[in-house]
Amino acid sequence: MKMVIAVVRPEAADAVRQALLAVDIHKMTVSNVKGCGEQPGYVESHRGIVVEVNLLSKVRFEIAVNESFVKKAVDAIIQGARTNNIGDGKIFVLPIEQCYRIRTGESGNDAIG
Amino acid sequence: MKRKFLALCSLVVAELLIPGLASASTAGDAAAINTGDTAFMFVATGLVFLMTPGLALFYGGMVRKKNVLNTMLCSFVLIGLVTIQWVLFGYSLAFGADAFGGLIGGLEYLGFSGVGGAPCAYAATIPQGLFAMYQLMFAIITPAIITGAFVERFRFPVYMAFALIWTTLVYDPLAHWVWGAGGWLMEMGALDFAGGTVVHVSSGVAGLVAVLVIGKRKDYKLIPMFPHNTPFIMLGAAMLWFGWFGFNAGSALGLSTSSLAVIAFITTNVSAAAAMLSWLAVEWIHNKKPTLLGASTGAIVGLVAITPAAGFVSVASAIAIGLITAPLCYFGISFLKVRLGYDDSLDAFGCHGIGGIWGAMATGLFCDPAINSAVKHSGLFLGGGLHQLGVQLLSVVVTLALSGVVTFGALKLIARVTALRVSANDEIMGLDISVHGEDAYRDLVTE
Repeated sequence: MKMVIAVVRPEAADAVRQALLAVDIHKMTVSNVKGCGEQPGYVESHRGIVVEVNLLSKVRFEIAVNESFVKKAVDAIIQGARTNNIGDGKIFVLPIEQCYRIRTGESGNDAIG
Repeated sequence: MKRKFLALCSLVVAELLIPGLASASTAGDAAAINTGDTAFMFVATGLVFLMTPGLALFYGGMVRKKNVLNTMLCSFVLIGLVTIQWVLFGYSLAFGADAFGGLIGGLEYLGFSGVGGAPCAYAATIPQGLFAMYQLMFAIITPAIITGAFVERFRFPVYMAFALIWTTLVYDPLAHWVWGAGGWLMEMGALDFAGGTVVHVSSGVAGLVAVLVIGKRKDYKLIPMFPHNTPFIMLGAAMLWFGWFGFNAGSALGLSTSSLAVIAFITTNVSAAAAMLSWLAVEWIHNKKPTLLGASTGAIVGLVAITPAAGFVSVASAIAIGLITAPLCYFGISFLKVRLGYDDSLDAFGCHGIGGIWGAMATGLFCDPAINSAVKHSGLFLGGGLHQLGVQLLSVVVTLALSGVVTFGALKLIARVTALRVSANDEIMGLDISVHGEDAYRDLVTE
């Protein structure tokens, strides 16, 4: 069991979701997050006073999958989120120690699938 | 239902048969009351009332979300505080007959005594009670404007005390000098149609002096302090603009005998429109992008600038006044404030102080006897020489001095007794939670 965490551009979120659905991955948690990396910030001006914004809006996907779905998930996210520019984001793959489905009490691979 | 309707009908019939019934006791006054003027002023009063909740939205949108409730309450609570002050003694101090050598009004209207259905010298065609209520709305919004300077750090109980002192010792005397019977600034010929100095210059400079005493917000310039809700700002600005029609046109105190209300209505809208466009233009050139905050601010400074001039200038002059005010305020905020380093949180001085001073001076440049016979000396640009400009300058200096000195003195005095600011910890947590135990936007958990 792996946890695939992807941080992508907000404008890529829909494309990522479509790509995931296309490879039959439809269980995920999505959140709005702020972050900074190599991508430069932008400038906001309030009544002529310029302020640089460095923490940028991103969207984070958390997808728990069985091993056989890790590559599919990663490929789908890349397909949906890549623009070849700095700021496209990152994908992290982490091991999951255990997983339970609250409704049935199932655990392990059965609970994820 | 039917019975109620019949009862209503019989009342109407009785009224028709005996016309004097309702006003029998005030028959003598009824002759002077003009129903058109009275209806107009009732509407204008309601319009000006709406400006204070509008200002609460305008300011509330500009602060960080942890301080939005405190900021809005600072404006809204004045509807309570100043109303009671005004009916108990404020109105009398402002509009009573000269006392103490003309420095302030007498005490004959304490508790609104004698302020009722009969007209008074200030407005001969409407009930004095309506005039007093109209003036109340101005008294409410003026200290509310000051709050824009010191929000996000000022202690609420201290603020309440300060607002009461300020409105009593600055607003009431100033209103008396400029608009009261025998007020010395009015006698001298100072022109202030709807409160450029009384409302805007006085509150703007009070804000500036207050932040010099109180100090900057914690981490000012170290962390970004963005407006948390720009749609609020536009909604507030639109409510202010809407209310300003009552503020300026209503200052004619009627529309049955002169066209001043209509002239003020037109110049008010024109100046706001021109200032909105010129603010957007300056911003576009200077920072490459036009903003909604900019359009909203531009409209407000256009309204501020035309306030003293509204019933004294032509439409063309109103366009010029509006076009010029936006760049003045823009550079006042983006250069002056940054250079001098004071933290006028929401630019109470930058908008109302600078815009108000420009408006008062512009009245001396553009005032036109052909528009309003109260203009005794044409403005400088109409060939009247420097006289009116000089009088306007004096009224601005007097306003700066009175408001600046009282604000400084009041805050220094309060500071001897108690702290002016919330603790650093409370400031970080935000005043909504730390001062009011109230949260504007409950995230994460539904309650």
